[in-house]
Amino acid sequence: MSIQAHHLARRYGRHWALRGISLTIQRGESVFLRGANGAGKTTLLRVLSTALQPSQGTLCLFGLDAQTHYHEIRQRLALITHHTHLYEALTAHENLVLLKNYGLILSTQELQSALARVNLKKHAHRPVSEFSAGMRRRLGLARMLLQKPELVLLDEPFGQLDVDGVQLQEEIITDFKQRGVTIIMSTHDHDRGYALCDRELWLDGGILRGATP
Amino acid sequence: MGRFLDLGLFIIASGLLLLGSIWGLWIAPPEAMMGDVYRIMFVHVPSAWAALMAYTTCLVASVIYLFSGKSGADHVAAASAEVGLVFNALLLITGSLWGRPTWGVWWTWDPRLTTAAIMFFAYAGYLALRGAIDDDRRRSTWCAVVGIIIYADIPIVWFSVKMWNSLHQLQSSPKTMDPAMVTPLRIGAFAFLFAFLWLVRRRVVALRLRAQNDILMMNEGDPR
Amino acid sequence: MNFLRSGWATLQKDMRIEWRGRARAQGALCFATLVLLLFSFAAGPDAVTLGRHAPGYVWLAILLTSTLSLSESMRVEMDDRALEGLRLLPVDMRGFFLGKLVSNALFLCCIALILFPMSFALFEVKPTLGFARLAGVVLSGSMAISAPGTIYATMATQLKARDILFPMLLFPVLVPALVASVKATSLVLFGDPMHEFGGWMSVLVIFAFVYSILGIVLFERIVEE
Repeated sequence: MSIQAHHLARRYGRHWALRGISLTIQRGESVFLRGANGAGKTTLLRVLSTALQPSQGTLCLFGLDAQTHYHEIRQRLALITHHTHLYEALTAHENLVLLKNYGLILSTQELQSALARVNLKKHAHRPVSEFSAGMRRRLGLARMLLQKPELVLLDEPFGQLDVDGVQLQEEIITDFKQRGVTIIMSTHDHDRGYALCDRELWLDGGILRGATP
Repeated sequence: MGRFLDLGLFIIASGLLLLGSIWGLWIAPPEAMMGDVYRIMFVHVPSAWAALMAYTTCLVASVIYLFSGKSGADHVAAASAEVGLVFNALLLITGSLWGRPTWGVWWTWDPRLTTAAIMFFAYAGYLALRGAIDDDRRRSTWCAVVGIIIYADIPIVWFSVKMWNSLHQLQSSPKTMDPAMVTPLRIGAFAFLFAFLWLVRRRVVALRLRAQNDILMMNEGDPR
Repeated sequence: MNFLRSGWATLQKDMRIEWRGRARAQGALCFATLVLLLFSFAAGPDAVTLGRHAPGYVWLAILLTSTLSLSESMRVEMDDRALEGLRLLPVDMRGFFLGKLVSNALFLCCIALILFPMSFALFEVKPTLGFARLAGVVLSGSMAISAPGTIYATMATQLKARDILFPMLLFPVLVPALVASVKATSLVLFGDPMHEFGGWMSVLVIFAFVYSILGIVLFERIVEE
């Protein structure tokens, strides 16, 4: 069991973004999360990633309670959003080396091949502040690859990417699926969502309206 | 039950305040040096005690919140900081009023007075922070942290101001005073204690209702 | 082990970012020297008065600059949610706080390194008790400002009213640090006949220690919300 959520609710001030979400996601499943703007997709993904604490409800990831064991849980998941978690003043290479400095076990070769895979090798020593939005997303992907996650949460993974980037993202997702990584993905591109995922969750006004088993 | 407790606290507090005022103003004898001016002490000293008690309550509630995550503890912390600020203001105003005829100045850099003034601003900041955060979990946790940070500062401020300004005043304690003055001071202390309890209880009830209202909105939908 | 490694990684990262953003550091330095000059104008040209109050002016200049540098150093973490990325890595947040605290303190030391020689020239004072003691005051004073400063900056940079709330929260708490830094500096500059220097230094060190410990213990709770 990868994710077990029971009655998750989250509010911002007096606005409830999630109003009681219960779901179970098995290991290795790929889930397409759909819903209109403001339906709570981003909030749900952030809560499931433990980046955001729920206001109510309980969440178990990998069989561990997210409230108390978030350290262990975080070693096994990765979150991709339009915030790419990068330091602007550092170069692409330095941003990845930072992971190593903070204790992620990482060989120089792995680092180089991740940069090569997202096609940023020749920009490796430019600061991120000079990067376009799409290049940042690519570097974010390289970061995710190095984390070697068992669960990935992708919030609009195709946003801001060029044609090659979208293809690369698709490749990475397919690759993850083959290796049994659990995937939850939100996108407005329904064709891609249905093509890449086994299952759908439909979020509307902070409530799950429908789901295919 | 709660209603009776509220009413009881209110009656005891106002009764003691009335009794303390009568005793302090008419029964207690005038002081040898200061004459009638000293009578402000019957309000001044209890408000200092009440303010310190309120801030201590805020600290304890903050620590309890960080360990338990119970929103009740957060409500108590918020309420006692608010009430503490009121007593603190009263303390500063009465201190100033007392200082003018006694020492000829509105303000002195006495350690207790200065510490009280700094704490006033520190807790004003605490309440401003409370007002600035919409998210209730974040508000509770951050304010609990700030409640601890500020309280840890009280002894350091007091000690450093004392070192900084070596002009000492003898602390008034029941031992150095006429017994006839001690009684109204004690009454005042209890009056302020009950007033503090009553005010905090009223605020906690109000904060709890507001929180419950927010939670009800989840089922009822967004009322906007 | 994790604690020290993430502290060291944070310090390294911050030093590098600070060096890349030298222009901002120069801006902060400019601000600090301007404040020092403004105090001189406000207090009049009388050299004796200016000299006597020099420690106060320098430390107020450092304090005012710290509100800029502290929130700037936290803003870097909030842009693009870099700190969230570190949390999810996961990075030991106690170590992160310590690294951030030291890098903030070092920045303030750099400001002091410029301001003190300037004040020697402007106000005709000199450290009669020697440079070593002055360095001790500067180091512990910077730590004392940075310890609660880093905690509050973390909160304030995530709020809408950050420019008002940050000093409103920080300044009252910093009163003992300011008093002790100014007093200790005065003693270094004008001599210490009553042997009070040690007392003021211990106030500074205790203050810095208490708030560093509180920060290390509580920082994770702040960033997790």
